[in-house]
Amino acid sequence: MSDTPPVSDRPCDVILDGNRLRLAGHLTIDALQTFDRAAAAELARRAVVIDITETDAVDTAGAWLLVALAAQGQGGGADIHGASSHQAQLIDTVRANMPPPEAGSEATGGMTDRLARLGGRIHGGAGAAVELVSFLGQVVATIGGIILHPRRLRLTSVVHHCQEVGWNAVPIVTLMSFLIGVVLAFQGAAQLSQFGAEVFVVDLIAISILRELGILLTAIIVAGRSGSAFTAAIGSMKMREEIDAMRTLGLDPVTILVVPRVLALIVMLPALGLIADVAGLLGGAVMAWVDLGVSPAAFQARLVGNTDLWHFGVGMIKAPFFALIIGIIGCYEGMKVGGNAESLGRLTSTSVVLSIFMVIVMDAMFSIFFAVVGV
Amino acid sequence: MADAPVIRVRGLVTRFGRHVVHDGLDLDVRRGEVLGVVGGSGTGKSVLLRAIVGLLRPAEGQIEVLGQSVRDTPPDAYRRLRRRWGVMFQDGALFSSLTVRQNVEAPMREQLDLPPDVMRTLAGIKVRMVGLPEDAQGKYPSELSGGMRKRAGFARAIALDPEIVFLDEPTAGLDPIGAAAFDRLIRQLRDALGLTVFLVTHDLDSLHAVCDRVAVLADRRVLAIGSIADMLDVDHPWVREYFHGPRARAAKIMPPEPA
Repeated sequence: MSDTPPVSDRPCDVILDGNRLRLAGHLTIDALQTFDRAAAAELARRAVVIDITETDAVDTAGAWLLVALAAQGQGGGADIHGASSHQAQLIDTVRANMPPPEAGSEATGGMTDRLARLGGRIHGGAGAAVELVSFLGQVVATIGGIILHPRRLRLTSVVHHCQEVGWNAVPIVTLMSFLIGVVLAFQGAAQLSQFGAEVFVVDLIAISILRELGILLTAIIVAGRSGSAFTAAIGSMKMREEIDAMRTLGLDPVTILVVPRVLALIVMLPALGLIADVAGLLGGAVMAWVDLGVSPAAFQARLVGNTDLWHFGVGMIKAPFFALIIGIIGCYEGMKVGGNAESLGRLTSTSVVLSIFMVIVMDAMFSIFFAVVGV
Repeated sequence: MADAPVIRVRGLVTRFGRHVVHDGLDLDVRRGEVLGVVGGSGTGKSVLLRAIVGLLRPAEGQIEVLGQSVRDTPPDAYRRLRRRWGVMFQDGALFSSLTVRQNVEAPMREQLDLPPDVMRTLAGIKVRMVGLPEDAQGKYPSELSGGMRKRAGFARAIALDPEIVFLDEPTAGLDPIGAAAFDRLIRQLRDALGLTVFLVTHDLDSLHAVCDRVAVLADRRVLAIGSIADMLDVDHPWVREYFHGPRARAAKIMPPEPA
C-alpha cells in the first residue's frame, strides 16, 4: 500500500448528467481544499439524484459535502445513490450530526449590542472593585485578629518574605535611585546654570527625591518584582487546589499566605524607600560635585539647612500605603486564578499593571492632601 | 482481514537509563480492530504508545505503521504519515487557551488550507459526533468536566479522519455510566469511520465492551494476545490474577463461581 500516495491531490470531479449529479475521485478533506463549492452547489440545485458510485474515498468532510449538496437538490433535497454500505453509514452519521439551522450566526455589532457589552464591562469592573475592597477588609480584619492574638502570626513566613521583598531588592533599588539622582543633578544643573543658580540644584534633588521619586520608583520596582511574584505563587497554589486543601484542613489562606506577604511589604517598603532616598541624594551629590563643582560639604550644609524635614516625612508616610496596595492587589489577583495556565499569566500581568496604576493614583491623591494641609 | 497489519512492532527495546521497559517486544495490530493493551502499572503501556507514534525514540527494534517505518522516515514522509493517525492523551491534553471548537479546528488549520466556515462546520460535526452538547463548542477546557474533556480530546484526535486512533486510558477517572458511554462511542465511531483503535486501558469493563483482541504486557514484552476468552487460559500469575480476579467476575468476563 506504500506505493499509493496516502494524501490525494486528485481533485473531485463534478459532472451534471441530466438531473443526475455525478461525483468522481477522492471526496476527502484534502480534496475539499481545492473544491469549488459554489459551482457544485449551483449544479446540485438542478439535480434530483447525486451519484457517488465513481468516488473512491469518502471521509467525514466528504460526507458533509454530500449531505450539504443533497440539501440543495430539487424537490427539497436530492437522493444520494451508489454509496457502499460503509459510506452510507458514514453519511447517516454525519447527517445526524449536522449543525442545527441558523446555528453560529448570533447577531454581533449593532448599537444595543455594543451598549450591552459596555454595560457588562462597567458592571464587571465595579464588581471587581467591590471584591477588591472586601478582600482588603478581610485582610485588615485578619491582621486585627492577629494583633489581638499574636500567636497566630506566622513569624517565619513574615521573615522569609521580608528577605524576599526587602533585602533581595536592595541592590536594584539602590542602583536605580543613585542613577535617578545623577540624572536629576545633571538635567537640573543644565537649566539652573542659565540663571547662575547652580546651588539650587541641591534643593531640586532633595525635594524631588525625598518627596516623590525615591518612594514612587521604589514602589514601582517592588510592584514589578514582588507583586507579580505574589500573584504567581498564590495563583499556582490555587491552580493545584492547594488553597482548597488548606481550607478543608481548617487553615485560613488569608492568615497563612496573604498576611505575611502584606506585613513584610509594609515593613520593608519604607526601609527600601529610605535606602532609595540616601542613594538618590548620594548620586545627586556626586554629580553636583563632578559637574558643578558643588563640594560635598557645601551640598551637605545646604541640604541640612534648607530642606524641611517634612519633605522626607511626606515620602515616608506614603510608603506603607503603597505597600498595602501592592500586597493586596498581588494576593487578590493570585486568589482569582482559575484552573488553567493562561489565567495565571493574564492575572500576573494584570496584577503588576493595576498595582503600579493604583500606586500612582494614590500618589496623586496624597499630593492633593498634603497641598491642602500645607506641608 | 488477510491484510497486512496496520501496526507492526518487531524486537522493540526501550530503556530509560538502566531501567529496561521493553525487551524484544513484538506486536501486530490488524486493520479495523479494537486492540486493548493491558498490563500492570509500569509495564510500559503508555511508553509503547509513545514509541509507536514517534514521541519517543526506542533503543532498538522496528516499528512500522501503515507499511512505513516510523523511525527511519524522512521528516516529510513522517509528517504525511502522522496525519493518518490521531492520538488522545489521558486527560485530553486540550490546548487550554483555545475553545473546544478551536481545539478540533487546530489540526485542520495547521495541516490544510480550508475556508474558515468549512473548518467551523466540520469541527462542529466532530464535536457532535463525540456526543458533546452544542454549547460545549465555545467553552474552554477548564470549564469542562473530566469526561467532556476526554470526549473533546477524542474529537480532536479524529479531526482529520485518521485511519488509526490511539487512546490512552480513555475511561480512567470516569464514573461507570460515563465510562460505558465512552465505550459505546468508541465502537460507534469505529464502525462509522472505519477506524483501527489502539486502546491502552485498565478498565475491565472497557475491555469486555469494545475490544476485539487484548494484548497483555508483562515481563517487558507482549505476554499474550488474543480474545478475552483466550486470556482466561493463559497460565501466568499476573494474567490469572487480572482476568480471574473479583473485578473481572464483576465485569462478567468470568462466569460466577459456583457457590
